[in-house]
Amino acid sequence: MESKVMIEDSQQQNIPKEQSIGPWKMVWIKFKKKKIALVGVFILVILVLSSVFAPFLTPYGQEEMNFTNINAAPSREHLLGTDNLGRDYLTRLLYGGRISLMVGVISAFISVTLGSTIGGIAGFFGGRIDNVLMRFAEIVMSFPFLPLAITISAVVGADVEPETKMYIVMMIIGGLSWPGLSRIVRGQILSLKEQEFVLAAKALGIPNYKIILKHLIPNTIGYIIVSAALGMAGAIMSESALSFLGLGVVPPTPTWGNMVQNARNLHVLRTRPWLWIPPGIAILAAVMSINLIGDGLRDAIDPKSNN
Amino acid sequence: MTTPLLEVKNLKKYFPIQKGFLRKHVGDVKAVENVSFNLNPGETLGLVGESGCGKSTTGRAILRLVEATAGEVRYNGIDVLNARQNELRRLRREMQIIFQDPYSSLNPRMTIGEAVGEALREHGLYKGKELKDRIIEVIEICGLADYHVNRYPHEFSGGQRQRIGIARALALNPSFIVADEPVSALDVSIQAQIINLMMDLQEKLKLSYLFISHDLSVVKHISDRVGVMYLGDIVELASKNDLYDNPLHPYTKALLSAIPVPDPKMKRNIIILKGDIPSPANPPSGCKFHTRCPIAQDICKEEAPEFKEYQKGHFAACHLIGK
Ligand SMILES: Nc1ncnc2c1ncn2[C@@H]1O[C@H](COP(=O)(O)OP(=O)(O)OP(=O)(O)O)[C@@H](O)[C@H]1O
Ligand code: SF4
Ligand SMILES: [Mg+2]
Repeated sequence: MESKVMIEDSQQQNIPKEQSIGPWKMVWIKFKKKKIALVGVFILVILVLSSVFAPFLTPYGQEEMNFTNINAAPSREHLLGTDNLGRDYLTRLLYGGRISLMVGVISAFISVTLGSTIGGIAGFFGGRIDNVLMRFAEIVMSFPFLPLAITISAVVGADVEPETKMYIVMMIIGGLSWPGLSRIVRGQILSLKEQEFVLAAKALGIPNYKIILKHLIPNTIGYIIVSAALGMAGAIMSESALSFLGLGVVPPTPTWGNMVQNARNLHVLRTRPWLWIPPGIAILAAVMSINLIGDGLRDAIDPKSNN
Repeated sequence: MTTPLLEVKNLKKYFPIQKGFLRKHVGDVKAVENVSFNLNPGETLGLVGESGCGKSTTGRAILRLVEATAGEVRYNGIDVLNARQNELRRLRREMQIIFQDPYSSLNPRMTIGEAVGEALREHGLYKGKELKDRIIEVIEICGLADYHVNRYPHEFSGGQRQRIGIARALALNPSFIVADEPVSALDVSIQAQIINLMMDLQEKLKLSYLFISHDLSVVKHISDRVGVMYLGDIVELASKNDLYDNPLHPYTKALLSAIPVPDPKMKRNIIILKGDIPSPANPPSGCKFHTRCPIAQDICKEEAPEFKEYQKGHFAACHLIGK
């Protein structure tokens, strides 16, 4: 018996007395170790800051035209040249970032809200509710995304203001991309529900809504955050794809997607690469950095990948 | 005779099996078929049996963590299974549970103080400084230190986590505790400590335990009486000494014969049971044990044996006892 007591005592000593590391602090410590994810943060911060502070970074307005200087090549005054209406292209790139990033954030928000609510309800209540919601998710998921988005955009989005069109695009992207997350959240809730700490809470007389708020959601939030990040990258891609086909956000509102559209013209593609390479790089940088952050978060949040 | 603290009569729990889109009811997993026993104040009743025989379901149905299909549970005379919301809430303070898995039984996002204090807050029993003091008091009697309150579960070893689980159950000052294999997941060296802690606490706090385990030696150490379960039924129930020294049911005999003994030279006849446990969704007719029983007769296939008192306080269900 003596020796057994000593085993436990020595284990107790492993815990430093002074400070305790909470689960979220732990996530941050693990995330910090992922250099590549930090690169992602760095790139994303630059993209966000440069689009937020666009008015301070460029002397031109985003729709300020100068017909005496159209289709200019890059120069001191216009670092990325001008477009066919004489607008400064760098200015449009900066302002375009606002729209593209915003479409990403809002679409991801719509998708995450729908996905986690629907998945959470299905998982928590189970039975018939679960059955109906998950079949619905499967139906939405079984449509190929791009053709459906194109169709909806073409039907609903014809003859509307550019601004309205932007919101329609967000809703299409968000409204079609939630099923994946809803299935993940449902699975999470289903397995959490069976965990003994949830049963313990029930045995202690903790009411259902507190069990959901304090025991279930805090343990799924990590996956939801990761999925929000990845969803945002996906939404930026989708917006670009739609805009490239002329079905996304339409000019004069600039987005990286509709700026790349310039590459559809063979002449521009060959002779004025500054019109499509920079927005292309911007999309690539945004999507890549967000994905890097999402991957880093996923590893950091996973409690099984300790140390 | 003392009045029992807990009376369980003909407890039954079927889990429906549903198939297809319309969730058609195609059968039942008969997890608990017919379980009856009493538990006296301060007593420990051990519940043993192979995996899947319905031990956990019995414990959970008593606490209404799953809703029983039929039967009766009385705690201090109160009808537990039909208790309304308010009454049930009150009962929650009296009846608690300790779990097997020291990992999944603690919320990884809650500190020890939060986990132990959650129920105290919920039931409005303590506030402010008193609440803090109570939390520290409880974790200290479970062998943890006051500075552990702000720690998260991942910072503790398996044995310590089990102590936290015990502290959480004891916070409300209950009298009855279902201990669902509380040491099965622990190292042998830690098992003894947790068992000793539970026995100390029982004496100090006058607790009654329903101690579930598949380990007959552990059950022998802690229990006053022992019930043996097979496929949802209690097949034998007796005081510890009667059961271990004079088992009546062939299933109990087989289980006891398989306990490892410290002296390898001792003469033993291990009774090997043939075959696997039948599925609880489709249990055998008559005596459910007849497919594996070494002494089964024709009658066993047709008629279910009655659960009878053969000696004072020694119950069993088998046609061939004394024949
Ligand atoms: N929620 C559930 N839904 C359907 N079937 C269940 C459920 N819980 C338990 N069962 C089934 O009921 C039977 C009894 O399970 P139970 O967990 O009570 O057994 P046990 O004796 O505790 O076993 P173990 O030693 O493995 O813990 C098993 O066949 C199990 O598959
Ligand atoms: S009733 Fe028959 S089958 Fe059942 S335990 Fe007794 S002898 Fe075995
Ligand atoms: Mg069990």
